[in-house]
Amino acid sequence: MGEFRVLEIKQSIFADNDRRAKELREELKEKKVFLLNLMSSPGSGKTTTLQRTIELLKEKLQIGVMEADIDSDVDAATISKMGVKTIQLHTGGMCHLDAGMTAQGLAGIEAGSLDLAVLENVGNLVCPAEFDTGAVKNAMILSVPEGDDKALKYPLMFSICDVVLINKIDVLPYFDFDMETCRKNILMRNPKAKIIPISARIGEGIKEWTKWLEKEVRQWQES
Amino acid sequence: MHELGVVFYVIRDVKKVAKENQVESIESVTLEIGEVSGVVHEYLIDCWNWAVKKEPMMDHAKLKIEMIPALTYCEDCKGTYKTVRYAKICPYCQSEHTYLIQGNEFNIKEMEVT
Repeated sequence: MGEFRVLEIKQSIFADNDRRAKELREELKEKKVFLLNLMSSPGSGKTTTLQRTIELLKEKLQIGVMEADIDSDVDAATISKMGVKTIQLHTGGMCHLDAGMTAQGLAGIEAGSLDLAVLENVGNLVCPAEFDTGAVKNAMILSVPEGDDKALKYPLMFSICDVVLINKIDVLPYFDFDMETCRKNILMRNPKAKIIPISARIGEGIKEWTKWLEKEVRQWQES
Repeated sequence: MHELGVVFYVIRDVKKVAKENQVESIESVTLEIGEVSGVVHEYLIDCWNWAVKKEPMMDHAKLKIEMIPALTYCEDCKGTYKTVRYAKICPYCQSEHTYLIQGNEFNIKEMEVT
């Protein structure tokens, strides 16, 4: 082994991405564009929640949506029918989006003219949490059928989220899901998390969510 | 799938360092991985072995992993304890006001090159 040189690197693999994410946030600040990173596991209702959100906000804000998936464009097709700018991003097998890919997506929807750009991240509670996308705020959706213990199992995801939407509360009677236990578990991971129970299907709680989001967008643009 | 993603990041970073240092070939890369970083070492090595075959400069490079133990600090009693054994609740004073001080790392430590 004596013939090898040893190069010391001592660098986190996330360092490059963290730097790019910070730059992207600064660019967005200058352009007064609010980027929301929406995360969840597959099937929790990200796209349906987004549809309800767009219905309530599209008269007030210029909205654009980036749909990130490993493959297919079914989500982008659904959202584009809502009359907002939409782009489908394929991660090519990767389980998350990073800041570089997000910046490309933003360029693709010409985000400069938008108030709110939403990144619908790949459905996954592990990897997207580790890569800062450059978003101003992180939101996640936890749906009732997934169980009230998810914050215990996926600590990082819950600890980086500014807001947690608990979706599908219309089916609460059919599941052993305890809202108080769920809240307690989330707050243990992240005492600052805002928790909003919703049902994207019947529209319950959506107003509280869109009010929070609109306020955050205005604050970002004005501060 | 997560492991494959991070392998791509490591390869990209390592190639950059190799270029800056006029390296001809990479023999091994050593990572420091936190005990609770959520990466499965065996998968990581499998993904590595698959991915490096496509990289001429490092097609036979070995991946070495050093584990950094996870430690949690208690704000109330100022104690430090093993995260994996006791999790969020401090074993000394039962406080919940605790946070991870190490064990979430994913660093490229060094590489052997010619």
